[in-house]
Amino acid sequence: MLEVKDLHVTVEGSEILKGLNLTVNPGEVHALMGPNGAGKSTLSAVIAGKDGYEVTSGEVLFEGKNLLEMEIEERALAGILLGFQYPVEIPGVKNIYLLKAALNAQRVARGEEEIPAPEFMKLVREQLSFMKMDGSFLQRAVNEGFSGGEKKRNEILQMLVLQPKLAMLDEIDSGLDIDAMKVVAEGINSLRNADRAILMVTHYQRLLEHIVPDRVHVLVDGRIVKSGDKNLAHELEARGYEWVLEESAA
Amino acid sequence: MSAAHAFLQRFGERADDEPTWVAARRQAGAARFEALGFPTKRDEAWKYTDVRRIAEGEFTLADNAELDEARFAALGMPLDAHRLVFVDGVFSAALSDLDGLPEGVSIEPLTTAMRTNHEAIGGAIGRLAGVDFSPFTALNVALSEEGAVVRIGQGVVVDKPIYVVFASRANESARMSHPRVLVMAGARSQSTVVEHYAGEAGAANFTNVVSEVMLERGAIVDHYKLQEGSSEDLHVASIHVEQGRDSRFTSFNLNLGGALVRTDLVTDLNAQGAETNYNGLFFVQGRQHVDNHTLVNHNAPNTFSNENYKGILNDRARGVFNGKVVVKRDSQQIEAYQNNANLLLSDRAEIDTKPELEIYADDVKCSHGATTGQLDEEAVFALRTRGIDEQMARGLLTLAFAGEVMEQVRLPVIAERVERAVAGKLPERFNLADLVEVSDALEEA
Repeated sequence: MLEVKDLHVTVEGSEILKGLNLTVNPGEVHALMGPNGAGKSTLSAVIAGKDGYEVTSGEVLFEGKNLLEMEIEERALAGILLGFQYPVEIPGVKNIYLLKAALNAQRVARGEEEIPAPEFMKLVREQLSFMKMDGSFLQRAVNEGFSGGEKKRNEILQMLVLQPKLAMLDEIDSGLDIDAMKVVAEGINSLRNADRAILMVTHYQRLLEHIVPDRVHVLVDGRIVKSGDKNLAHELEARGYEWVLEESAA
Repeated sequence: MSAAHAFLQRFGERADDEPTWVAARRQAGAARFEALGFPTKRDEAWKYTDVRRIAEGEFTLADNAELDEARFAALGMPLDAHRLVFVDGVFSAALSDLDGLPEGVSIEPLTTAMRTNHEAIGGAIGRLAGVDFSPFTALNVALSEEGAVVRIGQGVVVDKPIYVVFASRANESARMSHPRVLVMAGARSQSTVVEHYAGEAGAANFTNVVSEVMLERGAIVDHYKLQEGSSEDLHVASIHVEQGRDSRFTSFNLNLGGALVRTDLVTDLNAQGAETNYNGLFFVQGRQHVDNHTLVNHNAPNTFSNENYKGILNDRARGVFNGKVVVKRDSQQIEAYQNNANLLLSDRAEIDTKPELEIYADDVKCSHGATTGQLDEEAVFALRTRGIDEQMARGLLTLAFAGEVMEQVRLPVIAERVERAVAGKLPERFNLADLVEVSDALEEA
């Protein structure tokens, strides 16, 4: 589904990704781990299409198509959704407007009719209660005045409504207490199926206790230096990143 | 020969059948206008607004109100209202609809009101806006012929909005008009008055209107000024409001069109408990120029004013906001709040904003603030990552900026019309009505 081949990315003149390779297949959950500054968030930003990231070489394919040539919104319509580490506040734009505009953009792109209001409300209400969110969330401006936990829940709510093919979650666990973490993890787990892939960027193994990954990658200095199954995450938790660095240098 | 003298000379002599007192007023207006001359950028109040396009313009007065239904329908709003229509300043009985006026309400063209009730009208008109306010009010007095006179009796709650349309036609040569609007709101009456300035594409006329609104004790007036002139229309307006005890005036000054637009809004809070609310929104693009000068005079204790003006500027458009609040000596326990926020959608757009407070009392609560900024690019990106295209994302965020003012609008027809204009770049499929429907469904659930 997602193929990243020898990706080199420069930010403000310095090279952050230095030949990254990654393949994510449908049905898989991948965790990308690594120390601060390794380039974890850069990868998700490049895939989402954020400004300021210059791809100097390599390619990113999504379902065989060149992702890097697509507009930001085209990537979303193709089925990629990024859950932000720091979701932005959008005063004056109600959650309900965002959800409806986004869902209809998808449907129109697929050549479908716009969703009728009652059907839309039913769908949103179900997902809202699954995320243990109050109905008043919908009338509030997107993320405005939300707590850290509310913002993260809101990101997952958007995923549940939009049902992406590839869900990317950038440090979705940061700023969450244990209860909020459980709700968020349940939301993400409910997205798992044979057709969908999930790529999580995280610092900590903690999240991976709730969402068990199929593959774990260690990103160091712009490259994936080690990949393994869920046990690799346990090992990183116990031993830190030093040994991986030494091993890869050897 | 001064430009002002030359401007007046072009219109020659007046008809002889005017009553002496009307002729005398005209002469006073003309004399004052000649003495003042057109304002220049050296005048503090006109520092950012160049009126040479008006001073050097070749305008004639219209002699008919011909406008067929279809052309009018394209300009007017489908508002269920008592309607008075002027075409290039000339009253159109055919397009007006004054059937079924409630008892205690009188809505007339100025010429009729002057004939039938000239004592009352003659004494009121010009009382708030005489020849001294600005060269343009003097010019208005010198050349005004027609206008709208609205009188609402004590305790009358007017069933529908009073809708006054000033249509500007695409004429072969430029016309000008100097209409008056007079609203006399009796004690404890309630009414909504809409002044709508609408220009056909290609119209290039000059409108110089003076409105006076008088609120007696306990009266409530919602006043809308919706300005949708063509991209060549020139528009100068001053609105003068006088408020009695416990009265409440709410102004919506909504500017979407016009090449050069200047509005002065002045309220005198003359007795305890009087409250005035100024809501302003303008959206300008191309090379449009919009200048809003507002003034609130707290002449009495226990008076309240709240002002919120928002401007959205694109392309090379230019905006001016000057908001002044004056608290007279001994006007204690007043509250005055003022806010001005501007959104620049282009690097070449420009806004000059100046809040002014003059306070001569010590027991007051006053605040003012002005901000200017661009759309939040992080928010644009966030919306696009949800599949919302860039134009729509920018439209949504622009609409959100205007939202604070638009939420106050109590006439849905106007709210939707302005929202559509502001969100002009939203694709048709972004259906505002549909969103409202969803919101309603949500509230019912």
